[in-house]
Amino acid sequence: MSELADSSTSGTTSGTAPRPMWRMTLEVFAENRLALIGAGLVVFFALFCFVGPLFYHTDQVGTDLSQAYLPPGGGHPLGTDEVGYDELGRLMVGGQSSLEIGLASAIIATLFGTLWGAVSGYFGGIVDAVMMRAVDTFLALPSLFLILLLAVMFTPNTLLLIVVVAITAWLAPARLVRGETLSLRTREYVQAARMMGGGSGRAVLRHIAPNAIGTIVVNATFQVADAILLIAALSYLGLGVPPPHADWGNMLSNGTDYTQNGYWWMILPPGIAIVLIVVAFNFLGDALRDAFEVRLRRR
Amino acid sequence: MTGYLIRRVLQAVIVVVLVCVVTFLLLHMLPGGPARAILGPRATPLQIQVFNHQNGYDQPLYEQFWRWFTGVLHGDLGYSYNLNENVGALIAQRLPKTITLMALSTAVALIVAVPLGIYQAMRRNTFGDYTFTGLSFVFYAAPSFFLGLILVQVFAIDLHWLPPEAPQGDSLGTILTNGAGLVLPIATLALITIASFSRYMRSSVLDNLSQDYVRTARAGGAGQARIIVVHILRNALIPLAALLGLSLPQLFGGALITESVFNYPGMGLLFWRQATVRDFPVLLGVTLVVAVATVLGSLLADITYAALDPRVKY
Repeated sequence: MSELADSSTSGTTSGTAPRPMWRMTLEVFAENRLALIGAGLVVFFALFCFVGPLFYHTDQVGTDLSQAYLPPGGGHPLGTDEVGYDELGRLMVGGQSSLEIGLASAIIATLFGTLWGAVSGYFGGIVDAVMMRAVDTFLALPSLFLILLLAVMFTPNTLLLIVVVAITAWLAPARLVRGETLSLRTREYVQAARMMGGGSGRAVLRHIAPNAIGTIVVNATFQVADAILLIAALSYLGLGVPPPHADWGNMLSNGTDYTQNGYWWMILPPGIAIVLIVVAFNFLGDALRDAFEVRLRRR
Repeated sequence: MTGYLIRRVLQAVIVVVLVCVVTFLLLHMLPGGPARAILGPRATPLQIQVFNHQNGYDQPLYEQFWRWFTGVLHGDLGYSYNLNENVGALIAQRLPKTITLMALSTAVALIVAVPLGIYQAMRRNTFGDYTFTGLSFVFYAAPSFFLGLILVQVFAIDLHWLPPEAPQGDSLGTILTNGAGLVLPIATLALITIASFSRYMRSSVLDNLSQDYVRTARAGGAGQARIIVVHILRNALIPLAALLGLSLPQLFGGALITESVFNYPGMGLLFWRQATVRDFPVLLGVTLVVAVATVLGSLLADITYAALDPRVKY
């Protein structure tokens, strides 16, 4: 019965099991080649965007029209855009905001959604009904439309965009965690915690949320990918963070004006960067799901 | 089953009313309230006061909501001062075009994704399966505007096979007669849907392949083709039918971007254009229409599931 004891302590202690649960999770994760590709890409982009500019100095504020529309080569490995910004340098700086907004909004959405779902599922009854109808209502408002509307209502800046994306993204974790909570709250160890006098808050925060962690983490990974796509779409439509602030979406949107001229270096790099980072987070999510299933199998 | 249906429909009605409340509150969350939204940023305080009084915006919020809500029920979605037209009329003119775009691309996606998913499941873990899985990952991750741009670059600018812009015209008829212009927008929207549908189909077929009834059919001498078409396909399509109803919000979002890339005169393009000029009555009207469609879509998905799958008990 070591499995039972192990899973109820969420696998952080080794107990009588030969290997700790987190080691097994990590091993299954590492065996998955796609996971390594995903993790590698994420690390690469993190370094590229945040460390890259320290070594590759470019001016991303002052314009230089004499240097505009230069094809790749010479001092500009990826060419320059219509006002003379170096594309490679801009790709680094632009990636920063894509990654920041994507990660931050996924974290906020996941924390809020988890809490919402756990409370809703734990109390059940009328509380659950009211809280879930609120989720249904926001779920009915399509994210791209809502996000455009909010971006027009309030002048966008990075913080606002994070909040706006989080507003559309907390629904999925809320529903998932509610489902998990509905089954977890009847487990013996939660009942036992209640019996010993632990309050509702303690049951939700200390016993239910940690045991839904697999579902939560997997979903959060996909949330990052979705958030990056959503922000890129918003910027592409010209309603993201206003210029001279760069992100991959508005770089691409700039490039579209020059498709006829064949300036491919203004379109392909930001587009491919978006595809790669989203694929990377999707790989990570898939691999994490497989890894966490090890726990489920042992339960 | 009947009880489930009634409960589910009631739930949908409640959500629609709540969506109306949220939309209404959004209008009032605007800096300056609805008067500012409608009269524009240059309205004087006096103009706003007069407007508020004339239109009842100085009355209690619940009374305002009731008036607005009964208006919406009668099809009155407000008035666009920017376009000088009724929001309802504007949407009625463009919604059929968006629905046509969505329906055609979904049809194309199904025609491609269903056989593709079956192929991948039957030949799982082969080179072909890996190739298509890889492709679907890429297409699923590609922003639709990027995909649209690439398609325009290759098929319109480099090869000159297809026009880079969607057909223009007021009526649906003129748009449909210009088939060549529709190819790229439909392809853009379909490619992403194919990516997610084929993955669904693949895992759905795989699930069914290991079921007892497949083994029984095989033991009874049924050939591979018969097992797939008669036994597996019917069961594997059930989740896909439900998925269709649930994918409406993504479809509407995809249509918005596709329409703005190809200048396709649908509801998404209207929404985007009016967003850039802060025409709030249109934005809220379209949001409401899309939200109601989303609720209906998920309701239909649930009903379809209940109707098609006799194993589901309520």
